[in-house]
Amino acid sequence: MESFFSRYRNALVLIAVLLAQVIGLAVQVRRPDPTAPDKGGVRVIRSWVVGVVTPPEMLLHATGRGIRGVWTNYIDLIHTRRQNKELKAEVDQLRLEEESLAEDARQGQRLQALLGFKEKYVYQTVAAQVIGTSGTEQSHVLLIDKGSQDGIKSDMPVITPDGIVGKTRDVFRHTSQVLEVSDVTSGAGVILEKTRIRGVLRGDTWGQPEIVNVSPDERIQRGETVLTSGGDAIYPRGLAVGFVDRVVTQPEGTLVNVLVKPSANLSRLEEVLVITNTGEQMPAEMQQDLSDTQQKASDVLAEKLPSRADPNAPADEQPDSEKDSADASVTPPVKPPQPLHPDHFTPSDTPPAADLVPGQRTDNTQSGANSSSAPPKPPTGTPGDFPQSNPPASPATKPPVAAAKPKPKPAAPPAQSTPQGGA
Amino acid sequence: MALMASSRHEVGAKSFPLLIYIVVPLLALGLQSLLSLHLSRFDLIDLPLLVTLYYAITQREPVSATLVGMVIGIAQDGLTHHALGIFGISKAVIGYMAASLGVRVDTENHGARLLLTFGFTLAQTAILWLLQRHMLGQPFAWHGFHEVIRAVANAFVGVILFALLDLTRRTEY
Repeated sequence: MESFFSRYRNALVLIAVLLAQVIGLAVQVRRPDPTAPDKGGVRVIRSWVVGVVTPPEMLLHATGRGIRGVWTNYIDLIHTRRQNKELKAEVDQLRLEEESLAEDARQGQRLQALLGFKEKYVYQTVAAQVIGTSGTEQSHVLLIDKGSQDGIKSDMPVITPDGIVGKTRDVFRHTSQVLEVSDVTSGAGVILEKTRIRGVLRGDTWGQPEIVNVSPDERIQRGETVLTSGGDAIYPRGLAVGFVDRVVTQPEGTLVNVLVKPSANLSRLEEVLVITNTGEQMPAEMQQDLSDTQQKASDVLAEKLPSRADPNAPADEQPDSEKDSADASVTPPVKPPQPLHPDHFTPSDTPPAADLVPGQRTDNTQSGANSSSAPPKPPTGTPGDFPQSNPPASPATKPPVAAAKPKPKPAAPPAQSTPQGGA
Repeated sequence: MALMASSRHEVGAKSFPLLIYIVVPLLALGLQSLLSLHLSRFDLIDLPLLVTLYYAITQREPVSATLVGMVIGIAQDGLTHHALGIFGISKAVIGYMAASLGVRVDTENHGARLLLTFGFTLAQTAILWLLQRHMLGQPFAWHGFHEVIRAVANAFVGVILFALLDLTRRTEY
């Protein structure tokens, strides 16, 4: 017996090692949900490995970031001024666009409230540095430098400003594993923006995300935006996922897979955001942002439009700045300038049409006393009969037809006519 | 038969300081995790496999090579989201086979190292394919040309890495 063990010692050790690991594998995959985070001994072993590997990675990552920070913040500043100017112009433009979008958002909220639709808003995020990967093509997993101590839990969505990255899986004290959407075991509910086709996103064997088991539809075009649908109860609705790359027919030929080019650059991730809290009400900060957006957009609009204020005008004629900022769209009424010398074109000095006598000529060129005391001249009916003091009007000062034209009345002798302006 | 071991010197076991036994596998795991983040195609290379192979072909002791392969493989599993044991099984088998072959082949020859690494990289992929596809029922595609490219890349990196690790060992007669 001893010679048997000594003779086949190597093979027996190999068999024992393999048998132990196969039993271990069987126990692990027999759990109700194999994709759920690990528990028990497996979690302890994983925690040990991550705990040993990640501190040097964090150190190297921090060193590299420090060197990069010194270079970019203190040395490489050649085009900063020009970029700053361009960015300011872009911010102004975006504020104007944001105002219109904010109005749409408010309208959408009202409609959602009417329909009883439950929207999820991002309340709180935790920024994290990506410090490592699994290192294999078979497992698209990232390691981030935030863990349970920072409020991270399993199945929290991980995003970048460009789009979604994945979700947290195993969470340790100071680090966490993030399962990318490009992994074959991942899953995310998505929707195509234009065609509104829904599906489940997961990675293919090459590591490219794809929407699986979609009914063939000619409307699906390359470049169409893919968003999260919110149906998986993990990712909030409306987050960018990527763009349609191409459509591949499955070998069976009945359904297609839509390959997606992710918005976030999954192969070059440095910083990510972990969404730690979501809710159904719009956060107060977002509401404040919406109201601020309107005010800022009004300011930008006022700067870009021609100024209504005359810098040379007196102070009392300048438009009220506070009033303008409150309601820039309302134009104040235009008042006519006061005449230096009253004439018969001045609205207040023109007699009412009811008092006019056919054929009688009004003369307001003199002072009011003189005009009222002077006897009216009989109409001659001769063209060009104008008083000397009132030469023929130029086209610019020609009296309006309605004012000069007398009201049609029965003919009356001149003696019975009431003198204009008489007591 | 240039690749066959022809003298006692060539089959003499090589040993390493204890610190090297601990530091090198950890370094391999850490670099694998870190460099894959910054170099997009670095995940073609399998540094833990190369370290397992190196210990196996230099120690020429199947039992220790099996155990070293198992430990390194399980540690590599710890960085993934897979069940612990997938890389553990594959690397234990690779360690055993490499150590058994190391007794018969001149492992000091760079050509032999190149061929051994090429072959064992493909063998590991085959074991992983068997385990994941047929034993665990998980998706695992075999892309033939891609696997050959991976094996070639590992073979060349392995030759360089083995030469560097040769500097840390001491020969025992």
